[in-house]
Amino acid sequence: MTAPKQAPRWRIYALEAWYQFLMVLREPAFAIPTLLFPLIFYLFFGVVMGAGSFSAAAPTYMLATYSVFGVMGPSLFGFGAGLAMERDSGVLLLKRTTPMPAAAYLLAKVAMAIAFGAAVVLGIFLLGAHGAGVVLYRWQWFALAGVVLAGVIPFCALGLAVGAWSRGRAAVAITNLVFLPMAMLSGLWIPITIFPAALQDIANVLPAYHQAQLALKIIDMDGGQTTLLHVSVLGVQSLAYLAVAAFGFRRAGTGAVSIHPGGTS
Amino acid sequence: MSEPSVARLSGVTHRYGSVVALEEVDLEVRRGEVLAVLGPNGAGKTTAIHLLLGSLPVQTGRATVFGQRPDAPGVRARRGAMLQISGVPDTLTVGEHIDLFRAYYPTPVPASDLLAMAGIEGLEGRRFGKLSGGQKQRVMFALALCGDPQLVFLDEPTAGLDVEVRRGLWEEIRRHRESGRTTVLTTHYLEEADALADRIVVLHRGRVIAEGAPSTIKSRTAARRVRCVTRVTGDAVTSVPGVVRSETRGQHLEVLTSRPETLVRELLDRDPDLHDLTVVGAGLEEAFLALTRESDEPGPVR
Repeated sequence: MTAPKQAPRWRIYALEAWYQFLMVLREPAFAIPTLLFPLIFYLFFGVVMGAGSFSAAAPTYMLATYSVFGVMGPSLFGFGAGLAMERDSGVLLLKRTTPMPAAAYLLAKVAMAIAFGAAVVLGIFLLGAHGAGVVLYRWQWFALAGVVLAGVIPFCALGLAVGAWSRGRAAVAITNLVFLPMAMLSGLWIPITIFPAALQDIANVLPAYHQAQLALKIIDMDGGQTTLLHVSVLGVQSLAYLAVAAFGFRRAGTGAVSIHPGGTS
Repeated sequence: MSEPSVARLSGVTHRYGSVVALEEVDLEVRRGEVLAVLGPNGAGKTTAIHLLLGSLPVQTGRATVFGQRPDAPGVRARRGAMLQISGVPDTLTVGEHIDLFRAYYPTPVPASDLLAMAGIEGLEGRRFGKLSGGQKQRVMFALALCGDPQLVFLDEPTAGLDVEVRRGLWEEIRRHRESGRTTVLTTHYLEEADALADRIVVLHRGRVIAEGAPSTIKSRTAARRVRCVTRVTGDAVTSVPGVVRSETRGQHLEVLTSRPETLVRELLDRDPDLHDLTVVGAGLEEAFLALTRESDEPGPVR
């Protein structure tokens, strides 16, 4: 009787990821901002205004930074807002009573962030190459895509920390408060070299800044800090976010959130 | 696996900060029965369920399911649950949710059987967010049965549903009962416990105050409803021994009491003109109120 009969693991992981993807794709409040905003921003600032305005290099620079922006969105929102809302709705608690491995749930969100991020990056690359005349070596296109997509690691970890510590609708607001200012202060919209020195210093503690610098290195447009520095900061920060998330979950007791003391028990 | 008990709480005390949700609770779920855990809001029903689901850690005492820890992997695969505050994402269809939950279990029930068992045939293509409240509960019921569980927890399965829809869902739960599985149901609808359960455990303020077959609970309290037209007011009889509750409805005085003879004698003494007197056996609702009153002396029960 105790023979550990189990459902095939790979199937749980695959279905969990597929349905996570479908679920998010059908949610306009998520799909539109994360898929369309980076593309529209790039089209406007990179292609239309960038071509010929303040610098001929602008469309190329923005190709890298808006791609980072495009990967950051689904990572942060999938984990931050998505997790908090699924916790509030009780579905997370329900799933925790089933044999579903917790990792399947988390990896499904990472897979969703990669899929959405890849779609945005592809769109930006097409706009850049065909709309703004960005010319890169073939290896640069691939390297850029790879580096930018690796951003799901720090961004998902950050999103998880936000999701672990916030509830429902507040999580959407908090995610936005992390997402938009960080994008700007990290130089994802316009180069931070335009900012006052004090603001430029802030960028050094932001994961999006380091992620963008790694991407810009590939096209030789970074600020000159070492790869090791960027990778170290991102690695340490990712671990720190995961620790913060783990602490948050422990405090909330995985999903026991729906039991309110003295309330409807 | 021949032990009669499939799940058990022994000497369980659970606190949320300074609020005591359960106090020294012993609860046994026997193989094949439908057990109703009955009690008002805040009685500790959901806490008890979540201890048996392993989604709350046991603070004091012991919780076992199939003789193991409630969160053991082997337990999860043989258990299903319908939680009180739970929905699934709105943007996936009924069929997709069922497909996903079936994948979690080693021996899932065929999807078409699940749709039939929950009475939601034809809804598989509909998105969860587009369903009515009753349909959503049926979907949650189907998800609880996905893994062909031997033990099913239904935490207030019909809370917030209107009477018609509630009775519809009872039919599904009754049919499920005939399959010989063990079911634990929490409810504050006494009618629901009476209609569905083989055995009732009454929880009140975190303690088990009564336990037994629905008929046993009724006979233990033997509550009667006395109804008559009289000038004696409801307030005036609350001090009569045995009186649980009294109220005036139109020109009638209605009193719930465990000692109808004492009350009637008292009423006739105070008002010789009393007429239209009836004494009827009370349902489970009254029995429950009486039980609640026993363990909760001061103050009237709402």
